[in-house]
Amino acid sequence: MLSKRVIACLDVRDGKLAKSVRFVDTRDIGDPVQKAREYYEDGLDELVFYDITASSENRGIMLEVVERVAAEVFIPFSVGGGVRSVDDATRLRLAGAEKINVNSAAVRDPALIGRCADAIGAQSVVLSMDVLRVAESADIPSGYEIVIQGGRTRTGLDAVAWAERGVALGAGELVVNSIDADGTREGYELTLTRRIAEAVGVPVIASGGAGRAEHLYDALTQGRADAALVASLVHYGDTTVRALKEHLAARGLKVRMPRAVPPAAP
Amino acid sequence: MIAVVDYDAGNLRSVLRALDAVGVSAALVRDPETLARADRIVFPGVGAAASAMQTLRSRGLDGALREALGRGTPVLGICLGTQIVLDSSEEGEVACLGLLPGRTRRFRPADPALKVPHMGWNEVRVERPHPLLAGVEPGDEFYFVHSYYPGPAEPSDVLATTAHGERFACALGRGNLFATQFHPEKSGPLGLALLARFARWEGSC
Repeated sequence: MLSKRVIACLDVRDGKLAKSVRFVDTRDIGDPVQKAREYYEDGLDELVFYDITASSENRGIMLEVVERVAAEVFIPFSVGGGVRSVDDATRLRLAGAEKINVNSAAVRDPALIGRCADAIGAQSVVLSMDVLRVAESADIPSGYEIVIQGGRTRTGLDAVAWAERGVALGAGELVVNSIDADGTREGYELTLTRRIAEAVGVPVIASGGAGRAEHLYDALTQGRADAALVASLVHYGDTTVRALKEHLAARGLKVRMPRAVPPAAP
Repeated sequence: MIAVVDYDAGNLRSVLRALDAVGVSAALVRDPETLARADRIVFPGVGAAASAMQTLRSRGLDGALREALGRGTPVLGICLGTQIVLDSSEEGEVACLGLLPGRTRRFRPADPALKVPHMGWNEVRVERPHPLLAGVEPGDEFYFVHSYYPGPAEPSDVLATTAHGERFACALGRGNLFATQFHPEKSGPLGLALLARFARWEGSC
């Protein structure tokens, strides 16, 4: 039986770590490679790097970060933000990313999902969705709408329908990020997460709103998510990856509890 | 020299990086002559079985791999590399290397809550003692990502199993061939330890 995964998300701007709160006023909090290494050693299951670099001249810096992470951290990690073409996806894969995340670019050009899946395999293509709670309507029957540009632009796409379409186009996994919950630390958007997890046959990662360990438990049980994404909860030292997993294990969930491995004899 | 077989099947550099991290130098090899000189061979791969087989054949690597195995060279298959050591694959209905009897099949879980691909960390249960699994304890988990799984025909070739709905062979082998469905290069310290053991393994069970 698969373990439920705990995934940490690191926002990277110009090669440095940042955490956005409600997508405004980001502040640097350190070196992404060092942080990744720290979480890896603490038993993290997977990492997501989100490149929020504004200027295109500095985009190459992210590839260097990916190369450095890949040389030190031996768990899967994905990279998102700024993946707009198959070339972007292929470059990130070669630099060492296990998966790539597409978000806004896939909304503008849905066929990008399929082209990336053909090039690097569906299992390596993650569709990341920013979702806003809206009034139910004929166009948005679920009451959840896809937004882009950090939540500033509504797209008119129903989130559940978009999730299904993304999987049909070739996405191997979904990140469901609630714009309403993001940064609040009041818990994940469980109804949204569950609606999407029940609609698709690929793994779903709950994102946005984690404020304590029990919130992860809720997302992985009531929310039916396969993995829970955390950011500020662990970045600022409120808790640790290990403590989160110990809580989930104590609550009866199957999680990977790493143990000390003796170094190989020479 | 450890040769990592390069047949354009996914990201092979992650295997090189992991070997490097345990102090073992390895090189990507894409021609049969260089492969024939390798002390050990890692046969990784992610992607589709049919195109992988086509590339292996067009480069003459299928024959070189078979000959190296016959000479006793230790071989480590990973993921797609493991699936195509069997006779055939349901993926694209393609004939594979036939280094071990068996067939690769697709997951069709009866329970809709079980997702395909089987992606994430799962427990590896050792079924037969093997030098490369010597450090694996009950409850230890490795990283998987795959939609097809190897089905060896001979029960004695099954070295370890994992459950995703049904239980399948996640490590298989015979003699100097050892192959895993999971990714040691992405499985943290436990995976690195397995790679380090392979780098010293002489190919006996």
